[in-house]
Amino acid sequence: MNQADLPRWASAFALPLLNLLSALLVAAGVIYLLGESPLESMGILLNAAVFNPEGFGYTLFYAATFIFTGLSVSIAMQAGLFNIGSEGQMYLGGLGLTLVLLAFDAHLPGWLLIPLAILGSAIFGAAWAFLPGYLQAKRGSHVVVTTIMFNFIAASLMNYLIVSFLIPEGQQNTASRVFAEASWLPKLNGILPVLGETPLNISFILALFALLIYGMAVWRTSWGYQLRATGLNQHAAHYAGISIKKTIIVTMMISGALAGLGAVNSVMGSTHYLNLNFPAGAGFIGIAIALMGRQHPLGILFSSILFGALIQGGFDLSLEKPNIPPETFIFIQGLIILFCGAMENLYAPALSALLKRKEK
Amino acid sequence: MFDDFQFSSILVSTIRNAPVLMFAAMAGLFAERSGVVDLALEGKMLASAFVSAAVAFATQNPWLGILAGIAVSVAIALLQGFVSITQKGNQLVAGIALNIALSGLTFVLAQFFFMQGGRTPDLGEARLFEITLPGADAVAGIPFFGWLYTRLIGGHTILVYLAFALIPVVHWVIYHSRFGLRLRAVGENPHAADAAGINVERTRFLAMLCAGVLCSFSGAYLSIVQSGFFLRDMSAGNGYLALTALVFGNWRPVYTALGCLMFGFFAALQVQIEGVVFPVIGKVPGSLIQMIPYVVTVIVLAGLMAKSVAPKAIGVPFVKSR
Repeated sequence: MNQADLPRWASAFALPLLNLLSALLVAAGVIYLLGESPLESMGILLNAAVFNPEGFGYTLFYAATFIFTGLSVSIAMQAGLFNIGSEGQMYLGGLGLTLVLLAFDAHLPGWLLIPLAILGSAIFGAAWAFLPGYLQAKRGSHVVVTTIMFNFIAASLMNYLIVSFLIPEGQQNTASRVFAEASWLPKLNGILPVLGETPLNISFILALFALLIYGMAVWRTSWGYQLRATGLNQHAAHYAGISIKKTIIVTMMISGALAGLGAVNSVMGSTHYLNLNFPAGAGFIGIAIALMGRQHPLGILFSSILFGALIQGGFDLSLEKPNIPPETFIFIQGLIILFCGAMENLYAPALSALLKRKEK
Repeated sequence: MFDDFQFSSILVSTIRNAPVLMFAAMAGLFAERSGVVDLALEGKMLASAFVSAAVAFATQNPWLGILAGIAVSVAIALLQGFVSITQKGNQLVAGIALNIALSGLTFVLAQFFFMQGGRTPDLGEARLFEITLPGADAVAGIPFFGWLYTRLIGGHTILVYLAFALIPVVHWVIYHSRFGLRLRAVGENPHAADAAGINVERTRFLAMLCAGVLCSFSGAYLSIVQSGFFLRDMSAGNGYLALTALVFGNWRPVYTALGCLMFGFFAALQVQIEGVVFPVIGKVPGSLIQMIPYVVTVIVLAGLMAKSVAPKAIGVPFVKSR
């Protein structure tokens, strides 16, 4: 009675969809108990996040960040590693690009500055993930606990760095100075005026490329084969001559780099400065996306857009319905992780029984 | 220079900080010794902190608040058991999911009921009272002993004493009771335990029940004793810290409690050290000291200080062999 009995379409589409619906049903129950109509709320949410072009632009803007954090968690999962540290890695990625921009934004042209800053974010994210990867590979310290610790350490460290060094003199706002305009990522509303004043920028296109590269690297290269072999059965992979330790460390660093790239969208595409707690849970949303999208590029894309819509629509919804604050969507996010990640087989017995009956 | 820096008050704060971690760590000890990873200590703590504060405020009775906190924390632990034991789902994912969901839900409910930005009103008289030990007035004037008796040992709420009393009790239950033997058996080798006629799933559910009850106290302690209200995300990573105290203490009650005291000490040190100007190094920023427990944990996990050996069957759902 597990997913192996089920046809591919059922385990890849029907089960995640049923799990997602269950999570939304529980959420609808809570919204009903808060004295609001779930259907009406759903309508407001869809209107604000999907049907309105400007709102949809915001949805895709949020999705761009989530694709990167979702990829970060996904690639680690392919190697059997549960990286909870994407949040901290993204935070450090923000530091990496900020240091590049603070140093060079007055001197370099945009075409050189932007790639350098993006590289900085990836390197810092990878570096922050190196130690948990190394400790997992060489000393067997569980990556779940070390990455949780590294999230806390990142939060304290960044708090210290921003407050002590990055706030310009005479400023109260806990943020760095605004970067020069050369570093601002080109927005997509230049090509698609219908998007209005959304911060949707080229990092969404970068995210799509990242999805493509991820799909090719994991399923079409020998490195990806090593990665998946390590994730499925370390002993078998070891006998096949794959270096488990190397795979773990390299995968964690790539995972960290992807999380670091998650910082590019919001910092260089929207705010144009580094502020305290800017990841705002995007790293944790990455966990939900990886589990819901089953670590598949298309799954990650659709889950990211769904979460983007929940964030964008949820924000508008909270303005109209004070009883449904944006935090409601943190609750829904947890429910989705619970149903899609931990109770993924909840409906498998029923579904497989249903299919068997049809065959007869 | 060291005027503000009082070692005695650091010790008193350590005693007051530790129970939050001790209750949660003992809760985790029951769950993990039975083979269920409990990453949801944070969520259970937060939920019981909110429910305890809300019920204590509504009824103006801290004891009813604590009872309600126990009920909610146990319900979450059993849900966790359903996912991890019955559904054989991924226990790490279940824990993270519950933490995230409860972080959102407690805020939403606090906002819905009290409209104070996710905070509950001050409990005022409905907080737990501090116990004055008999004869405290008489000895208060004696230099060292007076401080020891009235401030360090006395003058705490009953939950503090309960936390410290738990250490020998948990030790006895785990190592000397029949339930404890079974608990360790299903956590180390569930198939052998099953062959010996122990009901693995039931034992693990009982362990989750204990975890739920114990974890609720740490939430209640946060809201009803320490702050006097519920605040958004007030567990602030203490659930994870308790878990690492458990790793630090090698899943043994006494060592785990020592780990909790160590983390409690660092938290107290951070508060005291803020703003103090040291010779040579000058001021030490609080956010750097905040890191110490986490850095220590990483060092411990790296096996540089001690070798920690987890229960063998931890995180692995039990599938009965046929």
